[in-house]
Formats: sequence, structure tokens, C-alpha cells
Amino acid sequence: MSPRARNAFLVVAAVAVAALSFWALAPEAAVAFWNGSIGSRNALLSGTLVRAIPLAIIGTGLAIAFRAGVFNIGGEGQLMLGAVAATLVALRGDAGALTAPLALLAATAAGALWAGIAGVLRARFGVLEVISTIMLNFVAMNLVSYLVRGPMQEPSRIYPQSAAIADVAQLPRLAPDVRLHIGLVIVLGVCAGAWWFTSHTAAGFRQRATGSAPIAARIAGGIDVSRVALGAMLMSGALAGLAGGIEVTGVTFALYEHISPGYGFSAIAVAVLARLNPIAVLPSALLFATLETGALGMQRDAGVPSTFAAVLEAAAILAIVATHGWFRDAAPRPRAAESA
Amino acid sequence: MSELSPFLEAAVRTATPLLLAAIGETVSQRAGVLNLGLEGCIIAGAYAAYVASGAPVAGYAAAVGGGLLLGLTFVLFVVFLRRDQVIVGAALTMLGLGLTGTLFRAQGQTGALVATAEPALHVPVLSSIPVVGQALFAQPASTYLAVLLVPVVWWWLYRTHHGLALRAVGESPDAAHAAGIRVRRVQVVAALFSAALGGLAGGALVLAQAGAFAEDMSAGRGFLAIAIVALGRWRPLGVALAAAVFGSAMALQFVVQALGWGVRYELVLMIPYVLTLLALVLFGRGSAPAMLGRAPENASS
Repeated sequence: MSPRARNAFLVVAAVAVAALSFWALAPEAAVAFWNGSIGSRNALLSGTLVRAIPLAIIGTGLAIAFRAGVFNIGGEGQLMLGAVAATLVALRGDAGALTAPLALLAATAAGALWAGIAGVLRARFGVLEVISTIMLNFVAMNLVSYLVRGPMQEPSRIYPQSAAIADVAQLPRLAPDVRLHIGLVIVLGVCAGAWWFTSHTAAGFRQRATGSAPIAARIAGGIDVSRVALGAMLMSGALAGLAGGIEVTGVTFALYEHISPGYGFSAIAVAVLARLNPIAVLPSALLFATLETGALGMQRDAGVPSTFAAVLEAAAILAIVATHGWFRDAAPRPRAAESA
Repeated sequence: MSELSPFLEAAVRTATPLLLAAIGETVSQRAGVLNLGLEGCIIAGAYAAYVASGAPVAGYAAAVGGGLLLGLTFVLFVVFLRRDQVIVGAALTMLGLGLTGTLFRAQGQTGALVATAEPALHVPVLSSIPVVGQALFAQPASTYLAVLLVPVVWWWLYRTHHGLALRAVGESPDAAHAAGIRVRRVQVVAALFSAALGGLAGGALVLAQAGAFAEDMSAGRGFLAIAIVALGRWRPLGVALAAAVFGSAMALQFVVQALGWGVRYELVLMIPYVLTLLALVLFGRGSAPAMLGRAPENASS
């Protein structure tokens, strides 16, 4: 068995064993989990898959960034800026059928711009992106709080949220009776594109080289590592921004203060479980989305605290990090089999 | 003027847990270890203090224990297995928030008062000085401890051999190793110190500030403390000053609301973060420990 197949098998086996023992130990909670996550057409198509979309998009961006040795912890803030930009464009709504695509484009640009601040600070001033992206998260959160109570508040000025966007600016749904929207197709495109970029282009190779051995990349490879790192930061920010835009145009239809239940942070777990492989991000995001909607179901029907999902996410990260030498040191190191 | 005295009091009270956590994080970052799990340590400490809040001393001991529990996990992964600090730290923050939320909700609660909150210690005479008296000399013991830690940690870092060794590990672990310093041991101690103080900060939050535990009550203070360390340029005195700036900005929101100024308090809350980014741009390069966030390559003792 190839190492990749073995790893996939191990993850599937671990999930299966966990699910079975869960069902044996706490059947009531397990049923609630099942019903809340994937047990019904509605739970799957209006809950879990909808939730997997932002996780997968941000997770793909983080996989690219982490591979390039760029520790973008600011997915949450970049998502929020994307949501703001998408709302602004969607509320104008004067571009007809082009409104939604334009809103997503603006969201992508805004996310890249927000991440770009941290990217430039790292490239020009040597500021650690871990710290600057955390700062930018706080600035973004306060900015959205301000906007939904100030200049962008809905006309009646009662609720801390923006006005609802027009129908024309909303992403089409995949079926009339479910909340799942066209964002699913965007996700598939993003993951496939990211996979092709990282494994089949020179720019993708330069990113991986920069992440795994920055000094060798600079001296032997003649790579401008700080520029490559900036590029990876911009890409991950763009994708987080896109996820924010998709949330506004596909799910919430307005800007809210709590537009994200921590997608930017959960996406770290998604990227790590996928071992920074853009294709593996898809099942990884699906798994975490299932975990989160299932946990909400357990809270509703069986009184099990939904915060337990965070415990499982953390445990999954630690388990993967412990068993893969890949997450050693600051920069992820590609395994021998993949470095070619 | 009548707003000034309560504002100063609120600023000092708000700054206390931030300063405690930031001083610990300063020590750990000077040893090259970025403890991103600090947020998790704070909430773990807060929950432990709430559980053991029969007497303040027991509460604080439990808080330190709660922080150390996460700290030990962090050390295991980061120092011994040499896994990535950022990812492990992020996971431990998730773990701390998730675990305390789960335990707390399992008791069927969403917010609960602690048995005994810590009383304020009034320093005789000094606490009756107008304007600043209440703010500086009528605070709980944890505030005095936080303030006391600043010169103590400064002295330890800059005036003792151990402090020198710790800073050497953060700047050049290979050189430190060659000089006979036990790099791993130093990093273990430094990381555990930050975890313990993170726990203590959580304890102060519950026992001295809120008098209650609530889910997610750490509310980003661990990340704030990391910002404070950067704004204070990794020096205890600077960190104390930065904590005061953050505490004041957070307390200012109440004043802004009370006075009905035409400024939104969300914008006021942004100031310290923007300030931190500016400070990093102006002084960033050179003041951060060279090996911050990176694991030493060879030093294995």
C-alpha cells in the first residue's frame, strides 16, 4: 500500500472505530449526532455540506500558506473583510446577474488585501505573521462590530446587522428546498486548482521549496523567498475572503457581527488533518463540518455540550501532528516521496 | 473629572490578567518559544479557579495547575517531539476552550458565581489619595503580584546567569548549547512558566475581576497578551507599559459610552491593535528574539 493510501485508510479506520464505540457507549447521543449531521437529506444538504464549504476554501488557502512556511492565523479576519466587501457590492446590486460574481471578486480582493498587510509587514519589516495576523483578526472583528452598528446598519437601525441583499445578488441554490448553494461547485474548482498549482506549476514548487528549506531555496534555488512567502500569504487571504463572500451571498444574505463561528480557526484543523494536501482538504472539511453539525445535533436532542466538537478537533490536530514528522520545526517538510 | 477615578480603577483591574499572562509569555518568547496556547491556559486556569473557589488561595493554586496541565502538553509536543509551535499552540487553545465549555455545560450551566471572590486589599493611607488612590492601592492581591513580577522578571532576565542563559537560547540555541546550556531544559521551564502565569491570569479573571465563570470568558486575552509582549518589545518594563495601554483602551470603552462622545467604542477598542502593528513596524526587526517560533536545529540536550 502506498503511504498515501495507508494514511487515508488509517484515518477512515480511526473514524469508524470512534463512531462504533460512540454508538455502543452512548446510543442516544450517537443517534442525535447522526440526525444532526448526515442522517437526513435536510441535515446533509442544508447543514453539513453548507458548513463544509467555508472550511474547505479557507483550509485550502491555509494548506498553501503552511506549505510555504507562512503561518497565517488570520483566516477569521480575512473572512470578515471578504464578507464586508461582498456585502457592500451586493447591496448596490446594480449589476444584474453579475452582482453575485462581482461580490465574490470583491471579497477575494479584500481578503487578499487584509492578508497582504501581514505579508508586507513580514517581507519589509520582518514582523512575525503569527502576531500580525492575530492583530488583524481583532481589528477586523471590531471593524465589523462598528460597521453593523454604524454606517452599514440596516435601515430601521434596530439590529446590529446590515440590510439584506437583493435576490439577484444571492448565489443560486442547488435544489429549491435545501440551503446548499453553488458554492459547492466553487469549492471543487478551488481545491482542484490549488492542487494543480502546488504540484504542477513552477510557482507552486517555489512555494514548497521555500517552506521546506528556505535557506537552500534562496541560495541554491535562487528563489526570492520573501516574495514567494508574500504570494502564499496573499493566496490564503484571497481564499479566506472568498469564503466570507460566499457566506454572505449564499447563506446569511446580510453582514452580521458573528458571521463566522470560528471558521478561520477550524480551518487550521482542516488543513492539518489534510496534511496540507489541497485535495485531501475536501474530505477533511467534510469530516469537521460533520463533527460540528453533529455536535450541534447532540446539544439539541441529547443535551451533550456542542463545545465537545472543539475538543475532538484539537485532539485530531495533536494526533496528526504527533504521528507525522512533517509538522516538525517551523516549516513543514515534504516527505521524501513527495519532494520530487 | 468624576469619570477619571473609576476609569483608572477599571483600567488597572482590566490590565491585571493581561499583565500576568504577558509577563509569562515574555519569558517564554525570550527563550524562543511562542506559546500560542496561552488563551487555552487562561481559560483552563479560569475554570480550575471556579471549581476550587472555596478559598482564594485554593482557587489560585488550582488556576496555576489548570494552566500547567495544558503547558505540559505544549512542552511535550513542542520541546520534546519538536512539533510546530504555532499549530500545537492553536490546537491547545481549541482544547482549552472546548474542554472547559464541555465540562461547564455538562453541569447544566451557562454562567455561575464563584463561592468566594477575592477581596480588594486597601493599603492604608495611600488608598485614600484622591483620583489615583483607589486605582493603585485598593486592588486585589493578584494586581500587586502582577506589578511585583515586572521588576522581578526584569532582574531575573537581565541580572542573573539563568536569565542570560534563557535569552541566549532564544537568540542562538546552537551557541547556547555550545556554551553548555541545556537548551531543552530552559525551554521547558520557560514554556511552563508562561502556562502557569496564563493559568494565574485566568484565576485573577474569575476570582478578582468577574467573580464568576462563563464560557469563553478568556475572550481573546491570551492573544491580547501575545500582542502586549510584541508591543512591549519583549522587555518586562515595556510589556508592563503596553499592558497599561491595552487595559486603558479596554476601560475607555465604558467611559466613551458613559460620556456619550461621538466616537463608537468599537473604534476605540481597535486602537491597541493598530498601535501594536505600528510598533512592530517601527521597532519590530531586531527586538524580537531571533529564534522566536522556531525549533533549534541541533541543540538536543
